[in-house]
Amino acid sequence: MAATKTFRVLPGFNITLGFTLAYLSLIVLIPLSAVFLKTTSLSFAEYWHVVTAPRVVATYKLSFGLSLVAAAINSVFGLMLAWALVRYSFPGKRLVDALVDLPFALPTAVAGIALTALYAKNGWIGQYLDPLGIQVAFKPLGILVALVFIGLPFVVRTVQPILEDLDTELEEAATSLGAHRWQTFRHVILPILLPALLTGFALAFARAVGEYGSVIFIAGNIPMVSEITPLMIITKLEQYDYAGATAIATVMLMLSFTLLLIINGLQAWTSKRTGRDR
Amino acid sequence: MAGATTFHIGIDHAHRFESKAATRETPVVKWLILGISLTFFVVFLLMPLIAVFVEAFRKGWETYLTALVEPDALSAIKLTILAAVISVPLNLVFGVCAAWAIAKFEFRGKQFLITLIDLPFSVSPVIAGLVFVLLFGAQGWFGSWLSDNDIRIIFAVPGIVLATLFVTFPFVARELIPLMQAQGREEEEAAVVLGARGFQTFWYVTLPNIKWGLMYGVILCNARAMGEFGAVSVVSGHIRGQTNTLPLHVEILYNEYQFAAAFAAASVLAVLALVTLVIKTWVENRAAQSHKDSNRDDAS
Repeated sequence: MAATKTFRVLPGFNITLGFTLAYLSLIVLIPLSAVFLKTTSLSFAEYWHVVTAPRVVATYKLSFGLSLVAAAINSVFGLMLAWALVRYSFPGKRLVDALVDLPFALPTAVAGIALTALYAKNGWIGQYLDPLGIQVAFKPLGILVALVFIGLPFVVRTVQPILEDLDTELEEAATSLGAHRWQTFRHVILPILLPALLTGFALAFARAVGEYGSVIFIAGNIPMVSEITPLMIITKLEQYDYAGATAIATVMLMLSFTLLLIINGLQAWTSKRTGRDR
Repeated sequence: MAGATTFHIGIDHAHRFESKAATRETPVVKWLILGISLTFFVVFLLMPLIAVFVEAFRKGWETYLTALVEPDALSAIKLTILAAVISVPLNLVFGVCAAWAIAKFEFRGKQFLITLIDLPFSVSPVIAGLVFVLLFGAQGWFGSWLSDNDIRIIFAVPGIVLATLFVTFPFVARELIPLMQAQGREEEEAAVVLGARGFQTFWYVTLPNIKWGLMYGVILCNARAMGEFGAVSVVSGHIRGQTNTLPLHVEILYNEYQFAAAFAAASVLAVLALVTLVIKTWVENRAAQSHKDSNRDDAS
């Protein structure tokens, strides 16, 4: 170690690392630390009062609850879609594969108004759901639809490469030993996919919790009913309640940091289980 | 949080699995999986995309074009391009520097640094906007100094650029770091030993190896920069003709019940998204091609 530290063949270590650290601090670390410093302007009792107010707690339940449901829906259907894309040939496959990334590329505001148009009472999908008594737009169900939309590629794109790397020998061995197709899937394929599937779930969940643009158009934004946590921060800001907005932001940030650690752990597990680098 | 958008080479594997009985499902199961997953695809991905264009043209071409050439829409398009033109190159330079330092050298805390670089992806866009309000807003740390010197950052263009820089921060770096780590440093070391200077080594040895990953990162970074809504919405102040980006313009029109105009502006962003996906697919195909070529060279 000592030798490599004193003698480096390649140039540019100091300047690139120096620039990286300076730029990272300037754009990300210093601004983010402002959030935590700002909260110190509140006493702990005041802080607790803000972050546990009934209207705010209702937003956590809605945001976290619906994000979990959306991530679960995406895990099931994302896995099926990834499976179809890797294992089957069908017309239009290249198009489907390319469009899976649409939620990454389409601005969230555009997704928001498009989904609202589809699920409104007279929309293409809403008109069939309305007679059944199912209302999606301007209800919590609408938020779920938006969160499913934005989370889908995370699951497909984390599972797909692992599926592509699977050797056919594994399944052939399982079949020759007498396993049914379902048993092979359940006991041979799923354990290999599991870390990646959980990573995709966590990524979709993390994205859904913080999502704002695609949700606010379809949510209805009624306090205690269909108000998400990011909107609560905006509402506080519009009332010039900076300390209140910041207090709620710290709750979300702590959740995000926890998720980030979990996701890093899951990715390490994925590489260990499958022998892939990141 | 690497893994989600990370560059992946598009090679079709279906024949490998379809050619063997052990890796096939019964036709019923196969058609069930295909049917359910493609229905899900159509309902959740394809229909929203089509809806944007149908709604945009609902009142005809004339309304559509009028909505796009009115001064507020044009200034929103200009500001959107400006924010991307500033933030994409800055984050590109950062991404290359970070990947060079991380992939070509050993140092302590490397893994922690990678996690910190990914941080903006796990922060809600609303919080990304909030942090700059706390720093530069009227009540912020530098608020009184800025107002004394008559500098506006929040509710002005610099704030929008800063928020865009924050949310697009990791895109290029997270594509390049795993790519350059996988390539090792032997080629660069050989170049340096043969007398190449640092920048020559990067330009003639490293860059050809990473160009597809680099392009991939840049187009995703650009798409996010032009489409960002939440973070920009917090710092913009929504001043028409001055601090409105195209996504914010869509919101304003929509909230004023000018649906055709809102969807017309949205369709421009949707076209941008489609162009992004086309370039992305093209880059993946080219990378797959050069991957195949290099394998063939190795074999011969």
